[in-house]
Amino acid sequence: MTEELAVAAHGLEKSYGNVHVLRGVDLHVERGSVFALLGPNGAGKTTTVRILSTLLPPDVGTARVAGYDVVRERTKVRRRISLTGQYAAVDEDQTGTENLVMMARLRGFRRAAARARAAELLERFDLTEAAGRRVGTYSGGMRRRLDLAASLVTEPAVLFLDEPTTGLDPRSRLALWQAIKDLVARGVTVVLTTQYLEEADELADRIAVLDHGTIVAEGTAAELKQKVADTRLDITFVDRASFRAASAKLGDAVVSAEPEELRLATVTDGSAAHVRSLLDDIDPSRTTIAHFRTRTASLDDVFLALTGRPAQERPKEPAHA
Amino acid sequence: MPEHIAPAPSRVGDLITMAARSLRLTSRNAEALLISLTLPVILMLLFVYLFGGAIDTGTAYVTYVVPGVLLLCAGFGASLTAQTVSTDMSSGAIDRFRSMDVSGAAVLTGHVTASLARNVVSTALVLAVAFAIGFRPVAGLREWLLAAGVVVMFVLAISAVSAVIGLLARTQEGASGFTFFMTFLPYPSSAFVPVDTLPGWVQGFAENQPVTPVIETLRALLLGGPAGSNALLAAAWCGGIFVVSVLLARVLFHRRVR
Ligand SMILES: Nc1ncnc2c1ncn2[C@@H]1O[C@H](COP(=O)(O)OP(=O)(O)O)[C@@H](O)[C@H]1O
Ligand SMILES: [Mg+2]
Repeated sequence: MTEELAVAAHGLEKSYGNVHVLRGVDLHVERGSVFALLGPNGAGKTTTVRILSTLLPPDVGTARVAGYDVVRERTKVRRRISLTGQYAAVDEDQTGTENLVMMARLRGFRRAAARARAAELLERFDLTEAAGRRVGTYSGGMRRRLDLAASLVTEPAVLFLDEPTTGLDPRSRLALWQAIKDLVARGVTVVLTTQYLEEADELADRIAVLDHGTIVAEGTAAELKQKVADTRLDITFVDRASFRAASAKLGDAVVSAEPEELRLATVTDGSAAHVRSLLDDIDPSRTTIAHFRTRTASLDDVFLALTGRPAQERPKEPAHA
Repeated sequence: MPEHIAPAPSRVGDLITMAARSLRLTSRNAEALLISLTLPVILMLLFVYLFGGAIDTGTAYVTYVVPGVLLLCAGFGASLTAQTVSTDMSSGAIDRFRSMDVSGAAVLTGHVTASLARNVVSTALVLAVAFAIGFRPVAGLREWLLAAGVVVMFVLAISAVSAVIGLLARTQEGASGFTFFMTFLPYPSSAFVPVDTLPGWVQGFAENQPVTPVIETLRALLLGGPAGSNALLAAAWCGGIFVVSVLLARVLFHRRVR
């Protein structure tokens, strides 16, 4: 049992009508690790998580989670997992305490034990002060923390987090990252989905990139970054002629081009020496480059590198599906 | 790794927890709750004091009208039930519950049970006010118990329909709007005026819709007199509506979570 993988999925396929949402997804997640499923809106992340958390049977393929089959042994799986879905699952018209006590009751706690567990979780997620207030009055970050707490009433063998920080402000995002890291330190296996490369990088041991229902790359953050090269140099030119000349000179080294903006991007290691030599190569006369900027590779860059085309949709606020 | 395996779920325990949750949620929707509790009482007062004098029913009008008002309560409660079901289906709540092995049936039955509990309160309120303004039924304990059974049957049927509406509607507002017809159903019936005083084309509907036999059965029980075939008709209507709604709810639920 301890040898077994936390998640082992083979050839998962799912269609809605003639929309092929998943086209043969394989996943392997080691126990005690953090696994990120990275992909743009509509890639099939939520569908994958819903299959793994027993909510949706796959059309084709099998999956075992915490050692049990997600279709044939779903009751056993359900007793060993927790899910924090993409859409909030705490009741706005109940208080923080009431929400957690209810979850504990559903997990079989007696009344007094449920109260004690709720208080403990509220404390751990820094919500004690708001415990008696209705969740409708909480900020987005507080709501997400409560949602996470609600899935930890019993510590699960595998925790699924579907876009845990989408729509959060940077400070709340950091707080939630810390909460997830604390869980990992306790030995919980985490499978999370995200639209942000940075988030996967920060939290995950292994990352799978999902595009149109297919895993297009999988590996550690370092391995993926090697493929993608994680620092970009954006160069903006003074006119169209210099833009064209630089494009021709860089050739394959151009990773993205925005002709209307007269902007090219190329790969750099980010060191001053490398950036300086790149700029000198491209513009020896020091007259054709208007600005430059270095930045971390974005999900778009990852996509471009892996699929040869941009991720169609920018990360968006969740809409109701 | 500390591995906690949640205990096998208790179906009855889950149902009680879900019903308590539904009651708590609806009791905080202050506006809707207030309407569902006070509107039947206000309507009863309106009927008795404004129109009662003009309507000849052969008994004190308040006595005639109480059974109809009890059914109005069920209609007004329906909107809350549909809203809570619809909210659960369109938020992440239902996925969370199912991932904890709480069945969809427990969630929906919880809402229906809560609806029944709310109706006990609104019915008691209507009866208390009715007694205060001169409602004098002749029923004994046995008739009262049977009458309570009839009301429960009707409320269960209406609540099951409300759950179906909640499963169909994509928004809370939609859910609440759709239940409107249920608050209307008692008007073209024998609830407030004898059917033979209604316009001819309404009479046909009034005689053949579910509310009329339920009302006539309640009147027979509370005021004395023969229920005739009405009792059987009432049971058939309520039972039929309930069973069809439960079957529909199953299908709709599975379609929504796919
Ligand atoms: N119940 C459904 N019916 C029809 N299409 C669906 C359904 N659920 C998801 N889809 C479609 O499947 C695709 C993937 O959806 P999803 O798994 O939610 O992606 P992600 O979570 O990566 O944004 C989308 O194009 C979406 O429209
Ligand atoms: Mg999603």
